[in-house]
Amino acid sequence: MDNQPKRLNQRKWSIHLFPIPALAIYLLFIVYPIIAAFSYSLYDWQGIKRLSFVGVSNFKKLLTVEPFNTMFQNALEHNVIYFVVQMVVQNGFAFLLAYFIYQRIKGSGFLKVAYFLPRLLSVIVVGFLWKLILNPTYGTLNVLLDKLGLDALALTWLGDPNTALLSIILVNCWFGVGLSLLIFLAGLQSIPSEIIEAARLDGVKGFRMIATMILPLIMQPLIMITVLTFIQSFEAFELVYAMQGSMGGPYYSTDTLAVFFYRTAFGGSSDGSASIGIGSALAVVMFALIAVITAFFLALTRKVNRS
Amino acid sequence: MRPSMTYRTIQHLIGYAFAVLSLYPVFLMIASSFKTTIAIFTHPLALPEKISFVAYDKLLDQMPFGHYLWNSVLVSGASVALILISSAFAAYYISRTHYKWNSALLFIFLLGMMIPIKLGIVPLFLLMKNLGLSNTLWSLILIYTAIGIPLGIMIMAGFFKTLPKELEEAGRIDGCNDMQILSRIVIPLMRPAIGTVMIINFVTAWNDFFFPLIFIQDEVMKTIQVGMMSLFGEYESDWSTLFAGLTLASLPMVLMFVFASRQFMDGMTAGAVK
Repeated sequence: MDNQPKRLNQRKWSIHLFPIPALAIYLLFIVYPIIAAFSYSLYDWQGIKRLSFVGVSNFKKLLTVEPFNTMFQNALEHNVIYFVVQMVVQNGFAFLLAYFIYQRIKGSGFLKVAYFLPRLLSVIVVGFLWKLILNPTYGTLNVLLDKLGLDALALTWLGDPNTALLSIILVNCWFGVGLSLLIFLAGLQSIPSEIIEAARLDGVKGFRMIATMILPLIMQPLIMITVLTFIQSFEAFELVYAMQGSMGGPYYSTDTLAVFFYRTAFGGSSDGSASIGIGSALAVVMFALIAVITAFFLALTRKVNRS
Repeated sequence: MRPSMTYRTIQHLIGYAFAVLSLYPVFLMIASSFKTTIAIFTHPLALPEKISFVAYDKLLDQMPFGHYLWNSVLVSGASVALILISSAFAAYYISRTHYKWNSALLFIFLLGMMIPIKLGIVPLFLLMKNLGLSNTLWSLILIYTAIGIPLGIMIMAGFFKTLPKELEEAGRIDGCNDMQILSRIVIPLMRPAIGTVMIINFVTAWNDFFFPLIFIQDEVMKTIQVGMMSLFGEYESDWSTLFAGLTLASLPMVLMFVFASRQFMDGMTAGAVK
């Protein structure tokens, strides 16, 4: 009778088996590879055979020796453009459309579903589909422009180094707008309606309402979207690979860090730049870049939350 | 004070124009897959005059498309099941026992959501090779499971915290052990949490292209997304077949989304925001 409460609290040792499967899979396939990537970058490699320890020489090569340094700089610039265009176009439209839905535009349930639908396609399908749509002769876009008498605007979108990168980024915006929109909308809908009502009674409206009242109140989702967009744009790979191949063509005009990384690590290139050592060094640099900037944004969120 | 009529009109114009822009490419993809290639080239904007299944026949006859689809189903299904089971056990342990290392354990798992694992692809590739898993579906099942575990644990641990402790105690008094409490009392109550975890990971696994690109070389082991690469390599100018392939690769997700759009939107937003 009196050992009853004790039995209640006593657990079998087997409870300790509960977290083991998850922990084992997670340590082996997530934690180990990312740590190993750091160590790989410090060795010389021949194919998949590890040779001697070379310290930071792979990093030096990546940042100072041709063709690596030029390719690195070129790809990094494209990633920055990628991020900026996505922030302005994708997230700009996402905010605008979220604001419309917040203001109870007719059919907002349907519209939300419509805007989000592209997100359900795989990035590779999105890339191939738009490659067909953007085809210079048979693609729907140029056929449409022709019919509208705008044939001057019917460009060779993906074949011209001047328009290829921007075309890919805009396709990415088409894909990503729905998710940003839902995050903005959740932020907008959590604003207490009394605040907006009070401002309205004070005569605040239109653009001033957005700039002075609404934006400061949705700083948190805005930073969240910025972080997500940043990470996604700095890892951009599939869309470029599907639409332009592993060389980021034409003439490396759509190359990104991740495509460059893939080419270096897995040797999709014929220019002799394939190397696991340099590829791993590039992975470490990208990791550091993403970690530092994400940490900065997270610190910013904390500051916003406090004020 | 109501917004002006002009503003309302512009708002609706922009809103619906954008909806057309979002939907039209998807519609075009599906409609073109039922047209012949000649019809696509001569009347690209017209609806199919006669529904043609030639492209679908060709896909299933001349390409290992059945294999691709089946592999995708297997990989997504198995990884979702493994994520649910392993995360449920780990999350139960973390939030329902009181050992001093529990919060450290949770922290280690949550760290995983910040790791850009694609940057570890070279060691991961060699690891799969050494384990004898490259070129098998297991390589994909295991990596998707590993990727899904952190978020799975976070969502389920959050759920367990909200569950009243009395339920468990009642079960214990009735003589259930830990395993029975989990399987008979807790799991039936956690359908919403399970739903969210399932949706997020099913979409991730089904739509992923990167890992099969690296891990799989055998044509019959490919998933539908990398199968798309072979398709575009072989039928470059046969647009009808290309559109049919794209449609088949997307249809399961699009259909599920149409039927459960709310759950998908809530789940995927939760997954992104964490």
